[in-house]
Amino acid sequence: MVFRLLKARWRHGSQAVPDPIAAQVDPMFRGFPDIAKEGTLSSETVALCPGAALSVNPVAIDLGKCHLCGACSRAANSPIRLSSRHHLGQTKRDALIVTAGTSFEQYHARAEKGRAEIRRLFGRSLRLRSVSAAGCSACEMELNATTNANFDMLRYGIDIVASPRHADAVIVTGPVSANMADALEDTWSATPSPKLLILMGACAISGGLFAASPALDRRFLSDHTPDIYIPGCPPHPLTVVNAILNYLGRGI
Amino acid sequence: MDRVLLKNRAAIPFDDLPKISYQAMGDIAIGCLCAGLRPVALFGVPEERPAGAVRIIALFADDVKGTLAVTSVHAERGATVPSLTPSIPAFHLFERQLWEEFGIVPQDHPWLKPVRYPHDGHTPRRVEEGYRYFAMNGEESHEVAVGPVHAGVIEPGHFRFLCDGERVNHLEIQLGYQHRGAERLFRTGPLAMKSVLAESVSGDAAVAHATAYAGLVEALGNSAIPRRAAVIRAIGLELERAGIHLGDLSALCNDIGYLPGTQLFAVMRTDIINTSLALCGSRFGRGLIAPGGVMHDIDEKKKERIASTVRRVRDNAGLLAASVFDNQNVLARFEKTGTVDTATARAIGLVGPAGRASGLPCDIRLTHPTDAYSDHPLIKTVLQNGEGKAAISGDVYARAFVRHQEIQDSLRYITELLGRLDAVQDGIAAPVERPRAGMVAFSITEGWRGETLHAAVTGDQGETLRYYIKDASFHNWFGLALAVRENGVSDFPLCNKSFNLSYCGFDL
Repeated sequence: MVFRLLKARWRHGSQAVPDPIAAQVDPMFRGFPDIAKEGTLSSETVALCPGAALSVNPVAIDLGKCHLCGACSRAANSPIRLSSRHHLGQTKRDALIVTAGTSFEQYHARAEKGRAEIRRLFGRSLRLRSVSAAGCSACEMELNATTNANFDMLRYGIDIVASPRHADAVIVTGPVSANMADALEDTWSATPSPKLLILMGACAISGGLFAASPALDRRFLSDHTPDIYIPGCPPHPLTVVNAILNYLGRGI
Repeated sequence: MDRVLLKNRAAIPFDDLPKISYQAMGDIAIGCLCAGLRPVALFGVPEERPAGAVRIIALFADDVKGTLAVTSVHAERGATVPSLTPSIPAFHLFERQLWEEFGIVPQDHPWLKPVRYPHDGHTPRRVEEGYRYFAMNGEESHEVAVGPVHAGVIEPGHFRFLCDGERVNHLEIQLGYQHRGAERLFRTGPLAMKSVLAESVSGDAAVAHATAYAGLVEALGNSAIPRRAAVIRAIGLELERAGIHLGDLSALCNDIGYLPGTQLFAVMRTDIINTSLALCGSRFGRGLIAPGGVMHDIDEKKKERIASTVRRVRDNAGLLAASVFDNQNVLARFEKTGTVDTATARAIGLVGPAGRASGLPCDIRLTHPTDAYSDHPLIKTVLQNGEGKAAISGDVYARAFVRHQEIQDSLRYITELLGRLDAVQDGIAAPVERPRAGMVAFSITEGWRGETLHAAVTGDQGETLRYYIKDASFHNWFGLALAVRENGVSDFPLCNKSFNLSYCGFDL
């Protein structure tokens, strides 16, 4: 019996992604949008966007609202092409807006490192507390995946903990429903300082598809300034890991 | 005629719906139950004239004949109707929802409380506003309150265990924290452009909800999809099912501390969902389904990738499952834990793998098939384990074993479907007609969690007057509440994972 289990174990070998910082994702992945420099967007293309992430003048995509569905890139004569580059984390809300001609390198260079005190305290040990505030479970599953045998974020000393009392950062998923507003605020105030606020996914960053819904209460996000923005719908586990590592000064 | 018979994914003119009294609808419901039909949906549609009028639509499924029976009731906002819940427990949430949305009071409802605390309902707006939880008195009785924020990385909900020592007498599940107003958002703008929203109804069942939604749009526009698209949709659905079931078997092993199972089922899940990424650009199958067909074709390269993954995972998952379900320590925790017997399951309307594990023969893929499932029927081994003994004991073991068998069935079915691709070369998408005016349509898909219903009523201009969603979790949450009775508090995570229900799919 035990030999059967050993055989099952042996067949899988090592499944860990050897280097999550340098790893590439499948070419089918919809990631950083390349926008041709002289391109223009038609109003028909703008209307295709489910998240109202496109603007015409100047031509730009707000990755804080983008669901990376690719509708704009498939439209006729669209200047937008989605690459498979997945290092999308940012530290300022405005930096998520990609204008025509912005290269991936320029975009990536905008992401700032945390201040020295944060890097000293959390650089080698960071504990996250997750709050799903009306998240659809996609971001939650990808956040869980960061700790699985494949992505194994624990190798960098980053882990997810069960209590805000044990946490150094709160990571929020979902557009923040009115019914979760109090619980989110309570979790944040139960987390000892200094602490980081991380927003994961288009819903958390901007309300996403639900931005116009009267069932939301996003006052928490006007009262507190996020430290890290992780765009996507949902963000790939490697996007999450690299956004955090970059902030801690340990990324590329 | 007091009811109309329909096929799955059909639309009929709204005015053709029979109009009967609530009492008469109750009589139909009881008659349906006696004839083996089960209630699928009961929801209100606001009528334009006279102001304050509501049309209540009731839908029943005949799983033997493969038909749906529909009828409707005219009511006023704030009216009082005789509750059907005392005779048909499966109606308890439907009637609570009618009360919450339209103030229609079901008289003698045994436990009238809000469903999801919407911002625009007739009931309190915040979950905790003045609600008195069900309570139990006694010297040794105590309560354990958990949530809304849970210890793991999962969606929020509040659980209150009424305990006698370590034994759970009852669990009250309080949801609504996830309410985002999703149904309302389907009503703004063109219905055919809501694929991404449909995928976000419950992100772990993105393909199931997108398929139900796309089928609904096609029914409203009377559009057909290419047969090749139908095959690819089924491949997407089965990849999703296999991926989630593998993840849940991993989580079940984790909850009992059987770590080889935890890690190995999890890496197989990664293998499956990374294949989904290679197919359509998303690990959760987002962007695959759209009204009219699918957005991504399967070329030879993708076909080989899917086929090799399926072969590998089917072998390895079978080998690992043989070890897991043979292990005495595993069985000691799985067997006779969290049991829902067949009669209870039928009374509360359990659906999906949880229903099948309790012995209900409910599977939309078999009973109300559409697309590839009707052209190329799925042959299931479910309900029969290796020794020929039916895995219908309704406990954690049965729910885990059904998952294991469904993984094998899904992967075998994907292989069969891949073999059919060459024979269907009629494209991957067809034009979608605008929704017809004044129609009502129903579209049911068997997602990994079970029956996933999307329904809509259109107005004079073809605009959406009402969009209604019923995730499998709608019925099954109450199944979880009943499953943990007479179990230890510490077995709750195990019971919970064996169902793995959606919070946002319920709260909408």
